[in-house]
Amino acid sequence: MLNFTLRRLVFTVPTLLLISFIIFLILDLAPNDPTGNLPLTIPPEVRANIRASLGLDDPMYWRYILWCQQFFVNEPLNLLNQWFGWCVGDCENRLRVTSWATRSPVVDLIAERMPQTLWVVGMSYVVGILIALPIGVISAYKQYSWFDQAGTFVAMIGFSVPTFFTGVLLIVIFSVWMPNDSVFWLPSIYDTTHKVTDWGSFVFQMRQMVMPVMVLALYNAAQISRFMRASMLDNLSQDYVRTARAKGLKEKTVLLVHVLRNSMIPVVTVIALGIPQVFGGAIITEQIFKVNGLGQLLIIGIEGADIPLVQTLTFLFAVLIVMFNLVADVLYGLLDPRIRYD
Amino acid sequence: MRDQSATVLDVANLKTVFNTRDGEVHAVNDVSFYLKPGELLGIVGESGSGKSVTMMSLLKLLPMPPAEIRSGTIEFDGRDIREVSDKELRQIRGGEIGFIFQDPMTSLNPVFTVGFQLIEPLRVHMGMSKKQARARAAELLELVGIPDAPARLKDFPHQFSGGMRQRVMIAIALACDPKVLIADEPTTALDVTIQAQILELVKELRQKLGMAIIWITHDLGVIAEIADRVAVMYAGQIVEHAEVKELFANPQHPYTRALLETLPRMGEARAERLPSIDGQPPNLDHAPTHCEFAPRCKHAFDRCRVENPQRRNVTPAHDVACFWDAKAGGPIDA
Repeated sequence: MLNFTLRRLVFTVPTLLLISFIIFLILDLAPNDPTGNLPLTIPPEVRANIRASLGLDDPMYWRYILWCQQFFVNEPLNLLNQWFGWCVGDCENRLRVTSWATRSPVVDLIAERMPQTLWVVGMSYVVGILIALPIGVISAYKQYSWFDQAGTFVAMIGFSVPTFFTGVLLIVIFSVWMPNDSVFWLPSIYDTTHKVTDWGSFVFQMRQMVMPVMVLALYNAAQISRFMRASMLDNLSQDYVRTARAKGLKEKTVLLVHVLRNSMIPVVTVIALGIPQVFGGAIITEQIFKVNGLGQLLIIGIEGADIPLVQTLTFLFAVLIVMFNLVADVLYGLLDPRIRYD
Repeated sequence: MRDQSATVLDVANLKTVFNTRDGEVHAVNDVSFYLKPGELLGIVGESGSGKSVTMMSLLKLLPMPPAEIRSGTIEFDGRDIREVSDKELRQIRGGEIGFIFQDPMTSLNPVFTVGFQLIEPLRVHMGMSKKQARARAAELLELVGIPDAPARLKDFPHQFSGGMRQRVMIAIALACDPKVLIADEPTTALDVTIQAQILELVKELRQKLGMAIIWITHDLGVIAEIADRVAVMYAGQIVEHAEVKELFANPQHPYTRALLETLPRMGEARAERLPSIDGQPPNLDHAPTHCEFAPRCKHAFDRCRVENPQRRNVTPAHDVACFWDAKAGGPIDA
C-alpha cells in the first residue's frame, strides 16, 4: 500500500506538469487582452508598453518557463519564509506570480479567500454528507416506503433545481418576506469582515452561513444520498446479509455493521472525489450570497483577463483533483480488503 | 405418517406465498415434515420446487414482504417459531438452528475477517468474552478441518478457496452447538472432489456432535450417501417421503421414479442417452387444485387433473401423494 501510494505520488509530477502546460496553452489561445478594460483614451503605444511590461511580448514557451519557476520554486520558498522564517536566497525581491489586475501576489489572494470558501462550501459539504448518509441508509432499508419516496423526491428537486434558483428563493423568503426583527430573518449578504469574538458574533456568523450552506448542502445531499441508497440496495440483497441474519444478529447489527461497511466503500470514494469541488468554491452560490471566496475570485480573474490568477487557480484545482483521486484510490484499498495494490 | 417418538422439529401444513406485482406465487404448499434428534433428513427436488423457500420460512429468513408465511405451524423445541418474539427468533437463529447456504463464495461478508464473522454468533448467543470467543473460533476452524486455524482467523474470505469457505460457513453454523443444522444445497456450488470432502466432513461432525440435519439437494446420489429419511418435493409440496433405503428400493410416486431413472448408473454400458423427465416444472401462480405433476406424468388419469392428491401411507414409514398405486399398477380406490 505504501509502495503504491509513493509510486502514484511520483507519477502525479509529470501529470501535473502536463496539465499546467495545457492550461497555459489554452489561456494563451484565449482572445484576451489585459489592457482591454483600460480607458479608450490610453494611446496604443502606451498599451504596447504595458503589454511589454507584463512580459506578453516574450514567446509562449518562455512565459511558461517563467511561470513554472515562479510557481514551483519562488512561491514555495516564499511560503517557507512566511511560515517558518527560513530565508533561502533573495527573500526580499523574489519574483512571485502576480495578478495583473490587482498587482498583488496570486497566492496571497488565494490565502485571503480560502477561509470563506472552506467555511461556507466546506460546511455545506459536511452538512450534506451528514444529511445524505442516514437518508440513503433508511431509504434503501425501507425501499418504496413513504420515506423513500419523499427522499427520492427531495433528491430529485435538490439535484435538478439549480442553486441560483434555490438561493434566490431562500433570499426572497428569509431576507425579503421575513420581517427584519423576526428570529427567522437571515442576512442575504455574507459579511467577510465579520470576526467571531463572542457568543453573539458566533450566532451572527451562523446566521449568515445558514442560507448559502443550506443551498449547497441540499445539492450535495441529493447526490450523495442517491449513491448511498443505491449502494445499500446493492448490498442488502447479497447472500452475506442472509448469513448475518441466520447467525441471529440484531437487525441493527446486520444493517449498520455488515451492510453499511460494504456500502460505504463506493460512497467514500465519491465523497473523496467531491472534495476538490469544495476548494473550487461554488461559483454561483458565492456570487448570489456575495461570499468572496475562491469561486468569486476565479470569476473576477476571468472577467478581468487576469491570466496569472486564472492560470494559478485552475492549476491548483487540478492539483487537488489529482490528489483526491489518489486519496480515493488509497481509501478504496484501505476499506476493501479484496483490493491490494502491491 | 407421524412418528410417535420425540421430534426436535415438527412442521405442519406450512404455506408460503410471495406477493408479487403479477400476483401470488405459491412457493410452499401445505408442507409437513418432522425431524427427530440426531437424524438426517434429505429433501430432494428440482430447482424451483420450494426446497430452499421451505427452509428459509422456518427461520423467517425470507424478505417479508414480498414473502408471507400464510399458515402452518413450525414447532421447534416446544415453541411455534411462527409465534415467537423477534428476540427469541434471533436466539433460535444461529443459536439453536444453524444454517449453511448454497454459495460459499457470496455467503461470507467480504470486508470482515473470518475470525470476526465466526466470533459474532459466539458473542451473541454464548455470551463469551472476546478472548474466549477467539479461542473457541480457532477450535471450530480446526474442527472443520482448516489447517493453521488460529492464524487463519485473521484472514478475509477472499483468501480462502470455495471449499474452505464452505468449511468456514459450517463452522459458523455449528458455532453454538445447534440442535438442528439446515444445509441448503451446501455442495452444489463446489466441484466434485470438494463436494465429497464436505460430505465426509458433515458425516463426521454429525457423529461427533450429534445434531439433527436437514440436507437440501437436487442430487439423489448425495441423498443415498448420507440421509436417513428423504422427502421428495415437487411444486412446493412433499410428494413422497420414506426411509432412504425404502425410497430407493420401492419408489411410489411417478416423479420419484422418473428422478431415479435419470440417475447414471455405475458399470452400465453408456449405450443410450440418460432419460429425462419431459415437460417443465409448473408455474406456481395458483394454489394447487389438482396434481401438479399430472401434465408430465405417464400414469395420469382424469382424477389427477381435478383433485390434488393428499399424502397417504404406503407403509407406516412411507407416504406418497399420488392417486396411482404403483404396486397394483392402477388407480387407488377412491
